[in-house]
This record gives sequence, C-alpha cells and structure tokens, in this order.
Amino acid sequence: MATAIEVRGVSKHFRLYHEQFTSLKERMLHWGKVPYEDFWALKDVELEIQEGQTFGLLGHNGSGKSTLLKCTAGIIQPTSGEIMTRGRVAALLELGAGFQPAMSGRENIYLNASLLGMSRKYVDSCFDDIVAFAELEQFIDNQVKYYSSGMYVRLGFAVAVHMDPDILIVDEVLAVGDELFQRKCFDRVRQFQREGRTIVVVTHSPDLVRQVCDRAAVLDHGSLVGLGSPAEAVRSYREHLLRRQAYLDAGEMTEMLTLAQSDASPAAEVPSLQAGRASDTSAVEGAARSDPDTAVHDSDPRDGARSTPVGESTLTISYVHFEPGHSSGKSYVETGAAMEVVIGYSSTGTFTDVVPTVTVYDNKGVVLFTASTKLSPTEIEVTPGSGEFVFSFDSMPLLDGDYPVTVGVTSYDEYTVYDWQEQQHTLSVITRNSQTGLIFVPARITVRHAFASQAPVGT
Amino acid sequence: MVAPTELPARGTDAAVTPRSGDRPLRVVAPKISLRKRAQAVWEYRELLGEMTRKELTVQYKNSILGFLWSMLNPAINLVVYFVVFQLILKNGIPRFAIYLMCGTLVWNFFSMGVSGACGSIVGNSPIIKKVAFPREIPALAQIGSALTQMGFQTIVLVIFLVAFRSGPAVAYLPLLVPAMLALVLLATAIGILFAALNVKLRDVGYLLGIGLQVWFWGTPIVYTYAQIRDPIQFGHSHYLWLFVLYRLNPVTPIVLTFQRAIYSVTSPKGAGGVAVHILPDHAGLWWYGWQLLAVIGFASALLIFALTVFANREGNFAEQL
Repeated sequence: MATAIEVRGVSKHFRLYHEQFTSLKERMLHWGKVPYEDFWALKDVELEIQEGQTFGLLGHNGSGKSTLLKCTAGIIQPTSGEIMTRGRVAALLELGAGFQPAMSGRENIYLNASLLGMSRKYVDSCFDDIVAFAELEQFIDNQVKYYSSGMYVRLGFAVAVHMDPDILIVDEVLAVGDELFQRKCFDRVRQFQREGRTIVVVTHSPDLVRQVCDRAAVLDHGSLVGLGSPAEAVRSYREHLLRRQAYLDAGEMTEMLTLAQSDASPAAEVPSLQAGRASDTSAVEGAARSDPDTAVHDSDPRDGARSTPVGESTLTISYVHFEPGHSSGKSYVETGAAMEVVIGYSSTGTFTDVVPTVTVYDNKGVVLFTASTKLSPTEIEVTPGSGEFVFSFDSMPLLDGDYPVTVGVTSYDEYTVYDWQEQQHTLSVITRNSQTGLIFVPARITVRHAFASQAPVGT
Repeated sequence: MVAPTELPARGTDAAVTPRSGDRPLRVVAPKISLRKRAQAVWEYRELLGEMTRKELTVQYKNSILGFLWSMLNPAINLVVYFVVFQLILKNGIPRFAIYLMCGTLVWNFFSMGVSGACGSIVGNSPIIKKVAFPREIPALAQIGSALTQMGFQTIVLVIFLVAFRSGPAVAYLPLLVPAMLALVLLATAIGILFAALNVKLRDVGYLLGIGLQVWFWGTPIVYTYAQIRDPIQFGHSHYLWLFVLYRLNPVTPIVLTFQRAIYSVTSPKGAGGVAVHILPDHAGLWWYGWQLLAVIGFASALLIFALTVFANREGNFAEQL
C-alpha cells in the first residue's frame, strides 16, 4: 500500500508574546523590548501514514497534535520540514466554518463547498444528498442565522462528508452534537474506513483510538514519543499523562507549601526546606484524597515509598492466566461461575505501594469493568523475587465471547507505571445456555395473576 | 455476544476496497513557489467566484435598497464635487459631470479594492483559522467585488454620456484595455501587500485609509492635469520637484487614459468661447501607451514583491489572527 501522508522532519516555531502589541503606538513604545518566549510546538516529527489506515494522534492539551494536524491540512505551514499528502484532503476542524449568517442554507452549501475545494458542478450533482443528510429540506432557503446550533452543525457535517476526500482529518468534531448525530458521524467514519480512505483522528481520548484506529502516535511537548498499534500508543500516552500529572501535582504542592510556609508564624518550627517538604508532601497528599484509606496514610507516613528507585529495581508482569475457580471443577471460564485472574510478577526490589489492575473491554474497546486494589485499604508490598497477584471473582457475569484484557501494575499514586500490558490478553468465556447480550444477570421470573375479585371493566 | 451494529473486522482487508484513480500529490512546506501558489489559486477559481458573490450580497442583505447603497456613496460624492467645484469655485470645465465620472470610476475601484483587500484576511479570520485554501483568495475576491461595482458605475456613466450627447474618442478606446490591466494589477499588488501586513499590525489599515485620501487629491480627478502641468511648462512654478513626485503617481496615467478616451476632448471651448486646457494637446496614443506600459511593469514587479511578502507571512496567519 502506498503512503498517504508523509511527515518529514517537521518543526513549528512560535513566538509567544506575553503581550500582543498589534498597534503601531504600542510597538513604538515597546520598541525592541517586546517580551516573548520561543516555543517549539513541534520538534522534528517524522511520521508515515499508509493509505487506507485509520490513524490516531494522541496527546494531552498543548502537546502539538493540533499543530501537526493543521500543518498536514495546510492551514499553517511548518517552520522547517515538509509534509506530503497524496490525494484530496478534507480537514474537519470545525463544522460549518465560514458559514455566512445572512446567506441561505443553499447559498452557504455552495460557498462552503467551494471553500473545501469542490466544484459547483459536483455540488449540483449531490446537492439533494447533502440536504437530505442534514435533514434540512424545509429550511434550506432560510437564512442560516435562523438555524439552531444543531441544524448548523448538521449542515456543516453534511457538506464536509460529501466532498469525497481521500484523506479525512478529524479534530474531535465527532464529539459534538447529540447522540443521534454522533452515531451518524461514526457511521460515516466506518463507511470511509470500508471504502479504503485514509483517516487521521486527533484526540485525547484513548477509548476513541481503541475503537476506530489501526495505528496511533503519541505526541508530548511537540515530540513524537510513541508510535504503533492502538494498544501500544495508549500505553505510552498513559505513561506520559501520568508523568505529566505527577509533574503538575508536584508543582501545585510546592506552591501550597510556599503558601503554608509564608503563613506559618515565625515561632513555628520550620526545619530545613528539604525535610519540611518531604513530610508535608505526604500530609497534603493524604488530605487531598477522600478515599477510605486516608487514615492509613495519615497514620503511616511513607516517606520511603516515594523514593522508590524506579530506575534501579524493576517490577514486571511475567504471565497472565485466566483460571476457573477451584470450586467449579471446570477447565474453562464459564458464565456465572467463579474465575481467577492470576498475574505473575517478578521483582528485583522492594515496593511498598503496588496496585495491580485488571480491566476488561468489549470488542469495541469499551471498558466493561475494572478491578484493582486502589480502593481497598490493603497495602500490597512486593519483595524481591517472583509471585502472583490473584484476582478472584465469585460469579463471572460475562456471556460467551472473547474479551480483550489490560493488566497493569502501578504505584498507588499512579505516578509510576511498573508494567502495563494494554489489551494484550484475551479472556474467553463460554456460556452453557443460549443467553444473548453482554452480561448474565440472574433473574427470577414469576407470573402474577390479576385478582378474580376485581370486576371486569364495563359492567 | 452480538452487538447490534458490528464494525468491520479490522486487520482483514475483506471489506476494504482499494481506491483507484490518481491522487494529486501536495506538499506543505515552509516555502511554496510562486508558480505553485498561482496554480493553487487557479484550482480554487470557483471559490474566488463564490467569495466575490458573497462580498456583493452579504453587505446589503436585509436592506430595502440593497445594492443601490453601494452606488449611492459615489453618487453623493459626485454631486458634492460638482456643486463645490463647478458651482462655487467655478472651475469652468465643460461637461464637468462626465469629466468627474471618468476619474471617480477609476478611483472608486482602486480605493475600494485596495482597502477591501487590506482587511480581507483579518475579516475572514474564522475560515483562515480552520480551512486550508489559497490565502490570496479573500483579497482577490475584494478586487473582484470592486470590479463588479465598477461595472455598475460604468452603466451609469454610459447613461450620462447618452444624456449629454457626448461621444467617446473612438481611437483611444482600445487604450482602456491596458489601462484596466494596469489598474487591476496595481490594486491587487497593493491590496495583497497590505492584507499581509495588516494581520500583524492593524495600524496598516488605518494608515492606508489616510494614504488613500492624500492619494486621491494627488490624482487629477476633480481638477485637471493641465492645471498642474501648465504652470510648470510655462515657468510660473518653482515646485518642479513636486511635479516630478506628482508624475510618479501610477494612477495618474490610468485616469488620464480614461479621461482621454471617454471625456474625449483635450481643450474644449468653455464659457465665452475660451478654450479650457484639460489634457495635453499634442499627446498621441503612444504618449498614453508608454506610460501605461510603465505602470504595468511597475505594478507587476510590485505584485511579485507583494506575493513574496504574503507568502512569507502566510504560514502564521492562522496563529496571529
């Protein structure tokens, strides 16, 4: 398959002015001393997307994913490097961008279509389809300013999807509109996939990536930090998100500390900054949590736990088994029977704050349930060597099918991911009866007869 | 388990039909050559038409007189100039209304096109930020809309010509073609240049407004070219440098050509049978032709310069708006 999009060494530089001086007077006043910061929104990004692929771009806010998208669409130009696209590109950054409120729906279709690069002749040929898709037959000759926001978005989407693109670039526009409209958007995306079109989705939703993408990349601070299958990308994204969260939290805490210290009376004993910080940190952390285990943390300040040397010791998942409960006497996992998920680990150090997690998905990537020790007050400590985490379920409610499973081991505060296997395991379930659906809910069904003493109506 | 709408199994190509046909290869890079840019504008020519139409219709939507309003402004100007210069100042130019219209026809297009184009990128910021299309198009659409309005004003001029029973100078009419070319090139060049500069520094738009006002009075529209030239030629004036500067105005040859072709006479007899000097007496077709060629050359060079400046700044439009 040919390459649809080739991103070659793309960087994008912005100057962030702390104040934007757009008038000459201000420029003169601040001549040569306008404070600005150099900001690289993209740093030397290399990427190839094959034709027919649905590609996800994951990243937190400000990671540069939208900048990359805008460069790919040709809305802005990179500072260096180049992007080659093969085929017609449609970028859905905003539905109905450039609609003229004073013009009718009909006129706006032609204007918007030509903005997206469609010819008038082509729009003539599919005009009725566009109107039908937008469900605006009655209102097409009304001025757009009288449209509801829903009608507005529908019209924008209808025009956009009719432009027959080879490459469709979507920037989370699928997240707008009501449920029915979202359904329609998704159906269109699926249809585009079937037709072998290339789709690039920009999102910060891992679920969306798992649901629709073939491949995905992760951007962080303008650099490409992960590339691969959706599962790998999601894992990499998670890790970066957690690291970033830790960084932000740390910043917040330092701030709180400085506040606390400036509030403190001179008489109060403040040891060295370093020591004060270490003990205060756990106190702040404990107070911030409303978990039932807050007490545990407060009574047991784990100063040592925080300094778990991630770089030196490792904790890895060595195997994952799904076993029928010992009491069931079966050799397979059966609906309604007991089940155990066994995670084998090997460790080279001592970890005092280990939280193992099991998450089960359906085949669309929707999370069905998660189990972890996060909410339980028990602390799991792992010593050097190997062992197993055993998750026991008394009654497994899933019905017949194969379910992707993610297992992971993190620290309690989730700042550290010891090991994470994103949807690398499959839970196969067998159902003995012919129940349909996703889960088995035991039900007792009885019949209540109406009392004979109640007189029939009408006499 | 059976889900109501099953998505096609990914990883298998069974449901995927490979798309056929050639795919245009497009490159997004820091610099895009002028030829490629011109090509892109050509590909988007329908958008140019649609945007021109939009500029013309949106402005006067929901107004009873509608498009007439766009004619009213120049018409009022015309009346004011007529009253002030003909009736109060008694400039003695015969058929002054027609003389005025020749000049204002050119100037209205120029000023409307240039100032419209200057604000076009800022004014279209919603689409500049969200849609990829050649950024020159909004500026060109403003030129197109000014050109359309010029067409309507031409109709009014023709009606006046018929009413005054005043015929054009047929031999000079073909000169209107290079004159129009020079005019459109010049307006486009200046418009595109200012459109690009205005994104970062909004003063540019205000400066242009003032500049256009001075420029208007520096062009022989309400007074005659002879009124400026004659004192120089006969040695009455010491402001030769001012005249040289005046002659460098690229709009002057265009206006003069329009006046020569449509107003048609160089020194008509005014009140009392005295000849009034308006245009150069002994200037033939080539006198106008060479000047127009010079303006076309200058405007083309300026246009290339403007497009280069535009191209350099375009990459950041979406961010700076």
